[in-house]
Amino acid sequence: MKKVIMGNHAASWGALLSRVQVIAAYPITPQTQIVEELSEMCADGRLKAKFIKVESEHSALASIIGASATGARAFTATSAQGLALMHELLHWAAGARLPIVMVNVNRAMAPGWSIWGDQNDSLSQRDTGWMQFYCEDNQEVLDTVIMSYRIAESVQLPIMVCYDAFILSHTYEPVDIPDQKLVDDFLPQPPKRFVLNPEDPRAFYSLVTPDHYMEFRYKTQAAMQKAKGTIEEVCKEFEKSFDRRYELVDAADCEDAEVVLVTSGSSTSPARVVVKALREKGHKVGLLKIKTFRPFPAEKVREILADKKSVAVVDKNISFGKGGIFADELKGALFNLKNKPKVYEFIVGLGGRDITPDIIEEIALDTISGKVSESEVHWKGLKP
Amino acid sequence: MKHRDIPREEYLMGGHLACQGCGAPIAMRLALKALGADTIVVIPACCWTIICGNFPYNTLKLPVLHTAFETTGSASAGVRAALEMLGKSHIKVLGWAGDGGTFDIGLQSLSGAAERNDEIIYVCYDNEAYMNTGIQRSGATPEGAWTTTTPEKHPKEGPKKNIVQILAAHKTPYVATANVAYPEDLIMKVRKAAQVRGTKFIHILSPCPPGWRIPSEWAIKVARLATETKIFPLYEVIGGEEYVINHEPKGLPVHEYLKMQGRFRHLTEDQIDEFQRFVDREWEFLLHKAAMY
Repeated sequence: MKKVIMGNHAASWGALLSRVQVIAAYPITPQTQIVEELSEMCADGRLKAKFIKVESEHSALASIIGASATGARAFTATSAQGLALMHELLHWAAGARLPIVMVNVNRAMAPGWSIWGDQNDSLSQRDTGWMQFYCEDNQEVLDTVIMSYRIAESVQLPIMVCYDAFILSHTYEPVDIPDQKLVDDFLPQPPKRFVLNPEDPRAFYSLVTPDHYMEFRYKTQAAMQKAKGTIEEVCKEFEKSFDRRYELVDAADCEDAEVVLVTSGSSTSPARVVVKALREKGHKVGLLKIKTFRPFPAEKVREILADKKSVAVVDKNISFGKGGIFADELKGALFNLKNKPKVYEFIVGLGGRDITPDIIEEIALDTISGKVSESEVHWKGLKP
Repeated sequence: MKHRDIPREEYLMGGHLACQGCGAPIAMRLALKALGADTIVVIPACCWTIICGNFPYNTLKLPVLHTAFETTGSASAGVRAALEMLGKSHIKVLGWAGDGGTFDIGLQSLSGAAERNDEIIYVCYDNEAYMNTGIQRSGATPEGAWTTTTPEKHPKEGPKKNIVQILAAHKTPYVATANVAYPEDLIMKVRKAAQVRGTKFIHILSPCPPGWRIPSEWAIKVARLATETKIFPLYEVIGGEEYVINHEPKGLPVHEYLKMQGRFRHLTEDQIDEFQRFVDREWEFLLHKAAMY
């Protein structure tokens, strides 16, 4: 069934079709329609779930942790300040190895107050142990929520599904809503795991001395590494069931490319237009969309970019005192290669500033001509 | 309830890590006797994080969810929601937090759970300071007490927060105080709580020998004096309105309680008189409220 829906409702549909059992959430712009729609779905009986209307995002994630530790499939959604308030419990959920799925609608951090989009909210949660997936359009939002439960329940790590404020959250696009039966076949009841159960009483997440702590962290890292293979498998199965293809990274026109643009999230769409136009003009340009930020698909990135002349990373985020965060990750992945491309860093779209095709074209041409320095961070769309 | 009616079942095993004379394992032992085996215990950062045992040990014969400091209310609500969805609604959820986790950092999530009237039993075992980190003042520390952050030259200012009134103001179906020195009363109240629908809150006074500066063998004696001096009366609040006093205190002077504890040794006679006036006033308030029904 095709419906024209906003990105936020695509997320709600993803949760509905995944048959989540416990939802706990707190409203924040631009996430609100996710929880409004889920409230309707719970109220009219389409979704059989308990929706805990908590008093903060911190409590939202704490409730979801409690629910997941008891064995329920659990969902929450937030943005920016809400995600930052959850920070302590992001570590908790990952350390507890709970298969929670959370949607984060990427919104810039205050101050000054901004409800508009950039990725600094989720990227500053990089080291909490959550997988992070970035979506390009509303269809990908819905599909990624469903796939995320399969992946999270297999790997036993939580997943953050991220997409841009307003550009996706409030924009209506045609979205194919799969049949519940197909989703049920793809996403069966979660596999058995240790949960809070009086018949098998165990203490969860108790005090861990230096005798054991490091092994727990080693296992989390091992799970993250293993997750890459799991994600690929789940994406393949998803394609079989639903005829839509997703990958750790999405490479377009990269094979013969000399210069590759690297994007994430909704800035990929204008980049597709620009790459097409530049190719028509004879430029050997390609596009690499990074869907999974954690685990970082370093092997894939190396495989695709190893023989390229140069790479331009479009970052809708900034690590102050360093530069673009995706650019930094990319450089880390490429560093040990013998022949590696030059990597150019571009900061765009902070606080919801438009990322137009013109800006992306400028980035591409700067990189093709090599007239900008690779040792500096370049801001595009910045007012003089 | 008679002493002989206290259930013999034990859910607290030997080998726990509490200090000598600590009230916290006594409170847990008694509460679990009242609740029985079908119970999930939610424990935030507090002394019980330690008492319960390091990984891979568990001193309780029940499942335990260790959770972040400020999340007893919200994490318990999540456990409850999952139990309902999984067809296990007969299982009781016991949130078990210290005074810091209840009066201070966890007040918001407790208030959220109480306002939603989530089906949980929340116990605050109150030892009147952040004892686990080494005796720092909390919102539950009595006025005038020494702690490591309220030294004798500048002891705790302002009265102890009235947590029972805060919960009563939420119209919480069942709120009660209890004291480890009165086990029959404590068990009766936890049992009663298990029969009531919605949020239940029990405030248990739990002596801390190192923090109160008392010998461990005095713990129960001192705890009992807190009630017999009317400093910590035993009562219930039903539906946020109906106050019931469960034990008629002997009305001993507060001096009897204060003089036993190193944390109050710096108090002058004037300050002790003021303490007495405060306690008398609070007791009068309580009598008034109880007289309304």
